[in-house]
Amino acid sequence: MRDLSNEIVMQEPITQFSKVTDSYKTHLSVDNLNVHIYGKHILKNVNLHIPEKQITCIIGPSGCGKTTLLRCFNRLHDDNSEVKVSGNIRIGSEDIYGSKVEATHIRKKMGLLAQRPTVLPMSIYDNVAYGPRLYGIKKRRKVYEIVKHQLQAVGLWEEVKDRLKSPAVRLSIGQQQRLCLARGLAVEPEMILGDEATSSLDPLASTKIEELFLKLKENYSIVLVTHTLRQAKRIADYVAFMYLGEMIEFGKADDVFNRPKHKLTQQYLDGSFS
Amino acid sequence: MNLRLVKDKIARNTMMGLSLFSILVLLLIGVVLFVYSLPTFTDNNTFKLLFTSNWKPFKGEFGFGTFIYSTLYVTFIAIMLAFPPAILCALYMSEYASATVRRFFSPVIDLLSGIPPVIYGVWGTLTIVPYISEKLAPHFVDFSTGYSVLAGGVVLAIMILPLIVSILIEVFTAIPAEIREASLSLGATKWQTIKKVIIKKSLPGIIATVVLAISRAFGETIAVLMVCGNFTDIPKSIFDACYPLPALIANNYGEMMSIPGYESALMFAAFLLFIIIVIFNGISRLILYRIKKQSY
Amino acid sequence: MKNLEERIIKALMVFASVTILMVLLYILYIIISKGLPSLTWDMVLKNPSGGFYLGKEGGILNAIIGSLMLIAGSVAISMCVSLPVVLYLNFIRKKDSRFSNVVRFAFDILFGIPSIVYGAFGFMVMIYFGLQASLLGGIIAVSLLIIPIMARSIDEVAGSVTQDMIEAPKSLGATKYETLKVIVRQISPGITTAILLSVGRGIGDAATVLFTAGYTDSIPVSPMQPAATLPLAIFFQLSSPIEEVQNRAYAAALILTIIILLLSFSTRYFGRKMSKSKL
Repeated sequence: MRDLSNEIVMQEPITQFSKVTDSYKTHLSVDNLNVHIYGKHILKNVNLHIPEKQITCIIGPSGCGKTTLLRCFNRLHDDNSEVKVSGNIRIGSEDIYGSKVEATHIRKKMGLLAQRPTVLPMSIYDNVAYGPRLYGIKKRRKVYEIVKHQLQAVGLWEEVKDRLKSPAVRLSIGQQQRLCLARGLAVEPEMILGDEATSSLDPLASTKIEELFLKLKENYSIVLVTHTLRQAKRIADYVAFMYLGEMIEFGKADDVFNRPKHKLTQQYLDGSFS
Repeated sequence: MNLRLVKDKIARNTMMGLSLFSILVLLLIGVVLFVYSLPTFTDNNTFKLLFTSNWKPFKGEFGFGTFIYSTLYVTFIAIMLAFPPAILCALYMSEYASATVRRFFSPVIDLLSGIPPVIYGVWGTLTIVPYISEKLAPHFVDFSTGYSVLAGGVVLAIMILPLIVSILIEVFTAIPAEIREASLSLGATKWQTIKKVIIKKSLPGIIATVVLAISRAFGETIAVLMVCGNFTDIPKSIFDACYPLPALIANNYGEMMSIPGYESALMFAAFLLFIIIVIFNGISRLILYRIKKQSY
Repeated sequence: MKNLEERIIKALMVFASVTILMVLLYILYIIISKGLPSLTWDMVLKNPSGGFYLGKEGGILNAIIGSLMLIAGSVAISMCVSLPVVLYLNFIRKKDSRFSNVVRFAFDILFGIPSIVYGAFGFMVMIYFGLQASLLGGIIAVSLLIIPIMARSIDEVAGSVTQDMIEAPKSLGATKYETLKVIVRQISPGITTAILLSVGRGIGDAATVLFTAGYTDSIPVSPMQPAATLPLAIFFQLSSPIEEVQNRAYAAALILTIIILLLSFSTRYFGRKMSKSKL
């Protein structure tokens, strides 16, 4: 890794935005995003335009800031006074960090799937119903329909329909993660954010989640931080490569994997560092 | 070479012996108190002992009703007064406050819990008692010396408050950040997250803390003794004097040798306290221990 | 609507926290304002004369020295019990073994037993052995009180010793006993903290010494003599009808409070030293 630091200085990151923007509609645009944590410059001038209704995978070696970036999208850094965010992030035409914009409003638009399944301490039913109930949906009939619909969407319905009231923690890890997905979908977000969402799952459960993402991209824009290149190659439409807090390259998956434009990208894909 | 090994062996055995001794002490205390209180058990039926309030040691009549009632009454007031601010403060520290505020506040809690009970007694006598007698009670009753259930409850409340706060902060911070984030990511506000997720998850811990605080309140002697009035009639109102169990033991140790059965009666009171507190402590410690284990 | 509820609750939380702070300050204010006027050199350096309850002259030296002697004795005894036990539980037995956890649990319960029970029990033990109310009696009772406190505190630091630290002396051929000596040196700031905590608890406690240490105007020269203590100096003299005697009580209260404050700050200081040496 130390050898390569010279190379970064020599070659500027090439961003392919001008060429690619024409062929897709941007859902989330990030401009000049800088994030400092405890004074350290973690994200440096990140520019990124997330396409609508596609799967964008953010790849890069561990510690390069992928998770930090993702958490900027749903303003999870708000409560941490040590984190300073500057720059511009827009969803559609709305400024995410606008002074009049409430964090809860933005978070409703983003569904976050975390690394480890985080079921809430309640029943399976209540987990999925949590979101809708927050937003005032009280009628039992309506809530039930939403819960059923989302559980079906993630393929859990048949497995749990007889024990909706049992505690969610009793599900297997793979089922829990699908539950978290259903829970996130129940608030009708526009985007789904996945932070290494399959890294704690076994291959079978991972595959199920990946299939769900492929299905869901019809209706949602999906941004996934992946730690394995293989997953990105399997499901990504667009790929963003990050290194040490900078956005190095972005483009169609096919282009980035087979014809990377930046030397670092090539080296990462070759497995020179991870 | 041999000497080193011998030393080693001696050391090990001594240490093991001491460890066993520690468990034995616990049993020993229980047994000694029980044995000394046996005469009281045998001379009176237990129902009369616990539920009547006839306290005439000279006649050999020992009804602990007043003392048990006083203990319960004072503890109840203390918990009612201490719990709401304690849980609010603990939630604030664990969910909202910045690191600087937390750092500033933790010595405050430490100091409050370090102040000796006798100092609380002095303070209570100087401030709470006159306040009740002169400013508060006149609105409600004809006369109150100020030495009352309320005074005892207030002083006790301040004493158990730091205990509740510090354990609750531990309980709340044991909840992993991811669960909070999951709730926030769905668009919930902090307070909604607290209401629906954090409190729900920490319920066993909260209950254990309250039980621990109750057992602490039961046993507190000096501070309550100095402000409660030490009067053997059952208190009719919050402004009347009361006489909790620990105060009974503390006040009468001098006379107990001279009156037959008195010593045994006081040991009975001590034994009662011991048993209740051991049970409460045991259960709540078990619960808190399990919660800590889960958070790893 | 969501917002209103949140704002009210947050305001209540801040209000509760500030109130707690205010209560602490108020308590300290009262103690200082009552005790400071009476805090003269005479007060600190003389025994009460004419009987502690009614005599107008003199000070509270008897209580100060009595308390110091008593707590010193108790700490010595407690160290002899709690340190070996904790070392045994953490380093000779496995930290997580059944035996260790049972003993820890016993200590947890002993930790929660109120001081009056220790006082009563100590009193019974004294009667059994024919002891009078004395310095020794007080030391026995207070030792019982602070052993669990010291044990728990040392146990916490003992848990922070890393595996490498334990194995280093072993691989040089040391016996378990010799290894322990090294470990003790490593955790000595933690042990200091434990002592400070125990002193804080033991020196201010009245219920343990009430039956067991007696009370007197003078300073004991042998452990068999009764000893005056600060908490009892406050307790007994507060209710005297004579103002000078009451003032002695307030002075004693102030001195006790100052001792506690000093102990509290030292504990923090040593606690920080401990965590620094860990890294």
